[in-house]
Amino acid sequence: MVTAVTSMGRSGLYDWLMQRVTAVVLLAYTLCLGAFFVFNSDVTYLQWQELMSRTPMKIFSLLALISLGIHAWVGLWSVFTDYLTERLMGTKGNVMRLILQVLCGLVMFVYLIWGIQILWG
Amino acid sequence: MLQVSIYRYNPDTDAEPYMQEVEVDTGGKDLMVLDVLELLKGQDPTLAYRRSCREGVCGSDGMNMNGKNGLACIMPLSETVKGNKLVLRPLPGLPVIRDLVVDMSMFYAQYEKVQPYLQNDTPAPAIERLQSPEDREKLDGLYECILCACCSTSCPSFWWNPDRFIGPAGLLQSYRFLADSRDTATEERLARLDDPFSVFRCHGIQNCVNVCPKGLNPTKAIGHIRNMLLSRAT
Repeated sequence: MVTAVTSMGRSGLYDWLMQRVTAVVLLAYTLCLGAFFVFNSDVTYLQWQELMSRTPMKIFSLLALISLGIHAWVGLWSVFTDYLTERLMGTKGNVMRLILQVLCGLVMFVYLIWGIQILWG
Repeated sequence: MLQVSIYRYNPDTDAEPYMQEVEVDTGGKDLMVLDVLELLKGQDPTLAYRRSCREGVCGSDGMNMNGKNGLACIMPLSETVKGNKLVLRPLPGLPVIRDLVVDMSMFYAQYEKVQPYLQNDTPAPAIERLQSPEDREKLDGLYECILCACCSTSCPSFWWNPDRFIGPAGLLQSYRFLADSRDTATEERLARLDDPFSVFRCHGIQNCVNVCPKGLNPTKAIGHIRNMLLSRAT
């Protein structure tokens, strides 16, 4: 068995399932916002603020934000472990991959905290 | 005259690989690509490629013909030649030994990982382990694989991680034994596959299905393995 310490759940199945579940959440959120814009073609700030101030929408938005982070982590981890590997680039590949993954993790963490601040601020 | 561009590399004499441009007189016939290679070998005996049965059974002459993997012996020129031009390259992603001959060690190493043989820890019956016709049917579309490597070497996930991703050919064989009613090592087989690379590097792009000369569907088999892993874990 091959293990990878930097993958989301260290299990292929867990990562695969999380990516599918988060994709469904992101699709639902996109459709929901899409429908809002379709039915409110000349959307005003007040309408937007009213939508986003509802608790169910805040929960849904936070769920979508967390899903985005998980989805992006699994997806980018796959991309990095395809192209930035020891086999292709020597030790440099591992170093670059680790740096990029830490940076991605940091960006996702900032987005999450920032998002919470916007939603509940 | 058919224009043929062929990948040449002899590590003893060439600093790097190059494409050789040659012309072949096919006599206006719809030859198989292997026939063209035989004609070329007649002109230049140093040309190296693998071949054996010449009828799509042994899987020796897998190669890349005009950008698509397949078996040279059963690929008619009419199906692959565009604009009177045939480009022949070795199977992509594997180290080239010489000309169209590739080193398939990595491919076989992945095949070996799935333990492609029946495992049964119950006492052997006097004659043979019986299987119902329904259970036998489950192996159709799996056992026919000839290990030509056309599928695995058309898979980008296998190109990037040939040491960690089992690849479509190995996974098709893995499912062949997971689906076999006579095999009792299902749990051990699945446990060995549940990591981020062995199975889950498959992103379902179906290049393998597109090129398989036997018309098999490794992506479907991989889907079955995923479902078995999911059932086992939930």
